[in-house]
Amino acid sequence: MDINVRVNGKTYTRDVEPRLLLVDFIRDHLAMTGTNIGCDTTQCGACTIHLDGKAVKSCTVLAVQADGSEVTTIEGIGKPSALHPMQAAFQDNHGLQCGYCTPGMIMAAIKLVEERGEMNDDEVRHGLEGNLCRCTGYENIVKSVQAAANDMGVAHSPFEADPAAHHETLREAEARAAARSHE
Amino acid sequence: MTVPTTPDTQTAPASAEQRVNAGIGRSVLRPDGIPKVKGNFAYVSDLQAEGMLHGATARSPFAHARLVSIDLTPALAMNGVKAVIVQDDVPGTAMYGLEHRDQPVLCDGTARYWGEPVAVVAAEDPETAKHAAAAIVMEWEELDTLDDPEEADAIDSVFRRVKVRRGDQDAHGEVVIEGYYEVGTQDQAPLGPEAGLALPDGEGGVDLYGTSQWVHADHEQIVAALGLQPDQIRCHPAGIGGAFGAREDMNLHIHCCLLALVTGRPVKMVYDRAESFAGHVHRHPARMWYRHEANRDGTLVRVQAKLLLDGGAYMSTTGAVIGNATYFAVGPYKVDSVAIDGVGAKTNNPPCGAMRGFGAVQSCFGHETQMDRLAAELAMDPMVLRRLNALQQGDPMSTTGQIITDSLPTVDVMDALVAMPLPDDTDSDNPLHLPGGTGLTTSRSHVRRGVGYGVSIKNIAFSEGFDDYAEARVVLTSVGAEVHTAAIEVGQGLVTVCAQIARSALGLEHVAVVFDDTSSIGSAGSTSASRQTQLTGNAVLEAARRVREMALERIGGDDLTDAGVWRNGELIMSLDALYDAGPIEFTARYRHPATFEADENGQGTLHAGFAIAAHRAVVEVDPELGLIRVVRIDTAQDVGRVLNPQSVIGQIEGGILQGVGLAYMEELVIQKGKILNASFTDYLLPTFLDAPDVEAILIEEPGEWGPFGAKGVGEPPTISSTPAVAAAIRDAVGKPLNRVPILPEHIVGV
Repeated sequence: MDINVRVNGKTYTRDVEPRLLLVDFIRDHLAMTGTNIGCDTTQCGACTIHLDGKAVKSCTVLAVQADGSEVTTIEGIGKPSALHPMQAAFQDNHGLQCGYCTPGMIMAAIKLVEERGEMNDDEVRHGLEGNLCRCTGYENIVKSVQAAANDMGVAHSPFEADPAAHHETLREAEARAAARSHE
Repeated sequence: MTVPTTPDTQTAPASAEQRVNAGIGRSVLRPDGIPKVKGNFAYVSDLQAEGMLHGATARSPFAHARLVSIDLTPALAMNGVKAVIVQDDVPGTAMYGLEHRDQPVLCDGTARYWGEPVAVVAAEDPETAKHAAAAIVMEWEELDTLDDPEEADAIDSVFRRVKVRRGDQDAHGEVVIEGYYEVGTQDQAPLGPEAGLALPDGEGGVDLYGTSQWVHADHEQIVAALGLQPDQIRCHPAGIGGAFGAREDMNLHIHCCLLALVTGRPVKMVYDRAESFAGHVHRHPARMWYRHEANRDGTLVRVQAKLLLDGGAYMSTTGAVIGNATYFAVGPYKVDSVAIDGVGAKTNNPPCGAMRGFGAVQSCFGHETQMDRLAAELAMDPMVLRRLNALQQGDPMSTTGQIITDSLPTVDVMDALVAMPLPDDTDSDNPLHLPGGTGLTTSRSHVRRGVGYGVSIKNIAFSEGFDDYAEARVVLTSVGAEVHTAAIEVGQGLVTVCAQIARSALGLEHVAVVFDDTSSIGSAGSTSASRQTQLTGNAVLEAARRVREMALERIGGDDLTDAGVWRNGELIMSLDALYDAGPIEFTARYRHPATFEADENGQGTLHAGFAIAAHRAVVEVDPELGLIRVVRIDTAQDVGRVLNPQSVIGQIEGGILQGVGLAYMEELVIQKGKILNASFTDYLLPTFLDAPDVEAILIEEPGEWGPFGAKGVGEPPTISSTPAVAAAIRDAVGKPLNRVPILPEHIVGV
């Protein structure tokens, strides 16, 4: 199948098999190896990218599903001359050791901060629980994300003052989802 | 935090060590951090070569079976398949193994564990290679599976027995505590799976880029297995996505090299996660029988134990692991009557080998649980009992009798931990703070809090007479210096600390670390046993000091900076000019103080150094549902001297979480030798929400021989965090819980 995918601002047209995963398309067909594969089963989040503005695990998306879409990978974050605040924060706060989870962690964290702004420790942890790290114990990743949120200068989280409020929102969301499924 | 900056080169203060900005003692940032955050750090799995083929492995579906016949023709007939190799095709000894070369490169006619490689395929693309491997027709005759280590022990199917007898064997205390303990099989689960790229050199040799913790050990095994000359194989340090022991043994390395030699083309192999679980060794599961005797005042009188670790089908490092488990079976305590028997069983279970803590983890769970039970029996505070019996510098090791000459601040570590404030009780109903989390399965009123302690001792570096050394080279350049080493950076931060040590010794800021292959530099030894900061660090220190001396001697200078050589406060030659005048470099090989094999009673100077850690866990448990949340881990650790505070804390936080994982989450489920949960769906790794808050105190009492007094810090965090969590859970629910991981059913009692 022919697909057109815009990756990091450049459009790529490729003939791919329908079974090809987006992560393999990015790594093998476009030779962008910053996006890592850690588990193949969508647990670890090492392959997280942005697909049409959402953070997704690219091992769970077929390349053909990305036809006509906008993809950003870790290679599209920051500028050659300057790191994105999230990248800089991971480096400055020792938010990585082996670094294998780092590109996916950064991609997930950027979207989390864009959506939520500055967050307390719980909110960062809850927001990134779909990304695994085996080296750091996560503490320095939480610090990195909080530092980056500050540097990214986005609006403050509406939940910052009261973590329980977030929990209420989750319940509401679950209720809405349940209502939809009954329709 | 300190960012390397260009120093003021117009003045030259006297002390080089104090002057450098990015030297020891500072939280210098990792130089590989920038490529890692940008996504352009090259892991082995990222490597490509022109005309590269892809490899895949056909594996045994049985834990023990005879290969009656194998038909490769369906694989060979596939379009794009370039080679299929079985054991008969392997030249040389066709055997490998880290301690003992007992493992065939491919199945030798009998599969001895589930997932043992039988044949490997090279094809034009990964899918074809996998299809071809699956198309190989294997006929098997199943044999009896020996999957019970106790049965193996009974029939003497063992890799190693270790006996320790010390002191009066008839000594008895007033109080006796007996216990039986089990540790499940933990997996290192580094996030980056096994990978290798082998490039044929066109002259019968190969360059290998593989996941490794010790390229020289790989090199030696590959050369022998393939019957090549040493200069025909070059093993290159490469980008590693975590290790934790899983990279000490080879897996796909020889396969890649041989496929490259046979096809004359580069061959790449990458395991997926399921194959990774089958493809690397695991932490040994353990069964342990303990008997402690003490007087009513708490003084330990006698410790007896039998430790049975299941090594699985091939030896890997089982010999050294059961040695460690046995020699550290008492923990950091003084006792004059000791009898320990360690057995490393040989079964048809998946091979076990190195994982962070290396044998000390298993016995620590046993001895620390015993200490808690003894304290309870004596109605003593568990840390008061430990402090009363604390092993210290100058004491003989309770097991081996070795007089401890290394620093051993056991009491300081314990006191620092106990003095840390406990977290406040909480009445938070925030589900993120409740066991079970947002599943909303419990409420605050059902939750009980518990507190538990664990203290550990671990050897640093290789033991029992092993000739353990590291080589490093420092080379002066026109702009600074380079450190050359074959030591493996797995994420722990060796690349940072080597440069820091060199900077402080040279007095230069501009220092880069270059990782050399096996043909370019001597062995740095293994990145394991918490040894590289001490071993490679010392080699770098020595080489850097000599280079500085050579630079000064050449033109009679009295100081060296990035500007050049100085005399009486005046710059007399630029670094550039010094470099042009001829190379200045020094290659140093550091050996730690000699160790020796034990006598028949396990006595002797077996270990080169020691480190102590202590942990306190605070947990919350819903006893009805068996749900657990680890609220916090406080720790104090004997680190000798801190060379990079941020890196040390990073090792502590990461290591603790692996210990926490073993305490209540992580276990490979193995039935009849087969791994049933070989995925991250079913093997539970701690997530952000499982990770406790960690507070750490670093105890700096300089070690005997580490650079600037530093001690290795990688393993201790993982060792006593597990029993601390287990003790805290026991404290919360009041059940004996003699096995880790502690699962909900153990708490609920079904």
